[in-house]
Amino acid sequence: MNVFEVPWLELSIGIPLLGSLWVAGIRNPVIALRWCLAFAAITLGCTLFVFVGQATGRSPTGASEWDILPRLFNARILELDALSAPLLPLVALLHLLTVLTTVRTKFAFDSFAWMLRLEAVRLATFACKSPWVLIGLLLVGVGLTWLELVRRGKSTRVYAIHMGLFAVCLVGGWACLDPALPVKSATLASLLIFVAVLIRSGTVPVHVWVTELFEHASFGTALLFTAPLTGMYIAIRLVLPVAPSWILTAISVFSLVTASYGAGMAAVQQQARRFFVFLFLSNASLVLVGMELHTSLSLTGSLFLWLSAALSLSGLGLTIRALEARFGRLSLSRFSGLYDHSPALAVCFLVTGLGCVGFPGTLGFVGMELLVEGAMGASPATATAIVLTAAINGIAIMRAYFLLFSGGRHLSTLSLAITTPERCAAITLSVLILGGGLYPQAGTASLYRAAESALKDSAAHRLTSQANKESAHTEPDQLRDSRMHLPSWMPGPTSRNGP
Amino acid sequence: MEIATVLGLSVLLSPVLLLATLGGGSLIDWPLSERNINRLARLTMLVGLLASIGVLMVMLIGGTRHVTVLSAAWIRLPHYHFFVKFVFDRLSVPLVILTFLLCGIIVSFATRYMHRERGYNRFFTLFAIFIVGMVLTCLAGTIETLFVGWELVGLSSALLVAFLQERPAPVRSGLHIWIIYRVSDAALLLAAILMHHMLGEGDFGRLLATDPAHPWPQGTISATPVQALVIGLLLVVAAAGKSALVPFSGWLPRAMEGPTPSSAVFYGALSVHLGAFLLLRMNPLLVASHLLALLVITLGLVTATYAHVVGSVQTDIKSVLSFASLTQVGLIVAEIGLGAWIPVLWYVALAHLLGHACVRTLQFVRAPMLLQDYRRLEGAIGGPLRRPNAGFLRLIPVRCRAWVYVFALERGYLDSILTTFLVAPFVKLFGCFDRIERRWCDFLAGRQPSAVPTPSAVVPPAADGTRSLP
Repeated sequence: MNVFEVPWLELSIGIPLLGSLWVAGIRNPVIALRWCLAFAAITLGCTLFVFVGQATGRSPTGASEWDILPRLFNARILELDALSAPLLPLVALLHLLTVLTTVRTKFAFDSFAWMLRLEAVRLATFACKSPWVLIGLLLVGVGLTWLELVRRGKSTRVYAIHMGLFAVCLVGGWACLDPALPVKSATLASLLIFVAVLIRSGTVPVHVWVTELFEHASFGTALLFTAPLTGMYIAIRLVLPVAPSWILTAISVFSLVTASYGAGMAAVQQQARRFFVFLFLSNASLVLVGMELHTSLSLTGSLFLWLSAALSLSGLGLTIRALEARFGRLSLSRFSGLYDHSPALAVCFLVTGLGCVGFPGTLGFVGMELLVEGAMGASPATATAIVLTAAINGIAIMRAYFLLFSGGRHLSTLSLAITTPERCAAITLSVLILGGGLYPQAGTASLYRAAESALKDSAAHRLTSQANKESAHTEPDQLRDSRMHLPSWMPGPTSRNGP
Repeated sequence: MEIATVLGLSVLLSPVLLLATLGGGSLIDWPLSERNINRLARLTMLVGLLASIGVLMVMLIGGTRHVTVLSAAWIRLPHYHFFVKFVFDRLSVPLVILTFLLCGIIVSFATRYMHRERGYNRFFTLFAIFIVGMVLTCLAGTIETLFVGWELVGLSSALLVAFLQERPAPVRSGLHIWIIYRVSDAALLLAAILMHHMLGEGDFGRLLATDPAHPWPQGTISATPVQALVIGLLLVVAAAGKSALVPFSGWLPRAMEGPTPSSAVFYGALSVHLGAFLLLRMNPLLVASHLLALLVITLGLVTATYAHVVGSVQTDIKSVLSFASLTQVGLIVAEIGLGAWIPVLWYVALAHLLGHACVRTLQFVRAPMLLQDYRRLEGAIGGPLRRPNAGFLRLIPVRCRAWVYVFALERGYLDSILTTFLVAPFVKLFGCFDRIERRWCDFLAGRQPSAVPTPSAVVPPAADGTRSLP
């Protein structure tokens, strides 16, 4: 049996799910942490096998003859392509690092079981192409995070309002496209999904749930909910193939406004968490900008920026989380002078922060370079706006660095130095951000293929839609609906209705 | 492999290895001892210097004036290539030799000056970033490679100004410089992208038609005057930010908050000349657009005059030296602009740059011993030293002198203008957005409006109420 014939994809989701059941029964938080770490590490290993199998072509869709789900449901629920393959190890790594850097003072009953549960859901989300299953998984992820807020006894209204609207728009939008359902309108569907993407991506003006989530949920939960940039995944899977071009333009405009707004807000914030949120929103929105530009290059830049932003922002978030575990909520209205206590965290802050803004030598530089290059071909004004946004983000990062780590000296009789697990996380992130920045060819080539594939699907859909419109007056509705074209990776009307 | 290639790669790799060793050690919390840092830094400077002199020798003996040591695609996609290319020519060789020479001297100086200083390892790590940035910028054969070096120089510069990080003032200055540098970087990046967009090239060899047969400064550019003007204007903004030309001159005296060795090599010698270097590298643009050349001349002369007037009222030696540097940089820029009509002036500007960098480094390094030097000189000649005359400032009408004095004392109000008309409105606007957003959030959550202080400044004011940014 070949190593790539092992059902790594199903194991990637099954192991954390199994782990959550196992860890839930452990009362001692230290032992629970160790088990959680073990399950998260094994999951990362499985996702790496999935990624290697996809990248080398040994298992391009992650399918294995030992898979259980196709036998149970008589359909392929989990399926990979070049786009989602690198996202799985990324998500698994982020979970592992988050668990690894959790300090003892933050251990809470059942939190590790929740973490593994959420990891399984997120991995399944990124390994899924089937629209309804994807929508279901997205809603489960949203619901579990809401439950976490409720468990902490925090206000959930802002989150619930936004996520409720997100759920309604997403389900309603896709329902309008489903031939099995009575309501059909491509424009209405596109609009609803467009609104859902805007909400989930935290685009201005429907972004306040992100600040509220970071304010009231634990930093780790909020980070893991937002950092993989799920909004971008929805946009690629559900919007790009079916939306008319004006929807993509609208997403781009909203994203560009959010990116600029987020950068400006990050530069004037007086609290570290809010600074992080706005920096996050700005970078996440830049990722969405590339989607509209319709060029393989800009979409490649966007996808590359997606990976680099997820990694760098998570690293930055984990650094702020580690600082908060030592010094409490961090203020940016005065100099804190924390460098002497934690120089390694200062270096990590700088490396991850500069990685976010596309500084040369980091992973973000490549993504930003490709995105700006692609944008210049499509719209010089967009390219200029991206460059200026990145410049302001750079100012915001250094301002936060200076305010947190210098300008004075924090006095403490306790050692607040970095711990060994935190150092491991810092080194891992730095190596990935700097190593990926110095040798980007493999990643860019793979993402370029993914971008071309996504654009081909999108173009094929538009052509078919146009043909459908032209023949609309001669064909009965039922026939027209059955011809509604969906991308190659989406199940057609026949398979959706069953064999 | 040819000997020039081996030597060229040594020039590139020696500072990279220094950075990797110092930076990697810091990251895994295994910093080298002072002695090992010194040995490693001196060795890499020596290797870099000898290798760059070796390349010069090979070029002189071989009679070539344009050697490409590395040309490889860093990213290769259909319809897009990111080339990394390094070129030794009449412009880059003198500058890279100067870089290793001055950095080597400063390493020796800093070894004693920074002895047992807190952050010794940090100083040399940042210094290594600077050297890598300088070498990449000098040898860059494409605009993208130049941009990478340009950014590294900016980062190390801002962090070294804020080196004495337990005091707020250096940190505030570091942030001020970083903000100006980001504007400059954005302009350079836009210029690079516009070059690709308008002219289809970022490779200097093809863009400026420089090759072994037509080495620098004989290049030409196939751009229309309008294209040359647009790209040139962005490059001028980039150069003005990096070289502290008007209206960005306010950061130069602030940069003196850093340790003397870094001030010497950054603001007396190398970093402050990078703007002039950029204009020299892109010299065919000046020929393609005479309007741009006139603008460069004007900018250079205005900067030189401004720096001379402001420098004449400074009361501390590092500020005096920084404005004296700026005067010379202004003149060098003016010479580069004039080169559009008299090409030999580009050689003059290069020689001016090299000579000025050496003299100014010496002055900066001697600055902490200025009083001792004066006492020794006055003791030797048996009387007080002659005060320098006021030069052309004597020509100012008497009734205007008070105004000029105040203007000079306030450093031309350049910082105030930038702060009042750019930074303050920005902070105010986003402070207003922040308030609105908090109220909206409170409304949605059904809470009482929270009383959170709204931003009024980029950085908090100092204890005495002074601040560099609103």
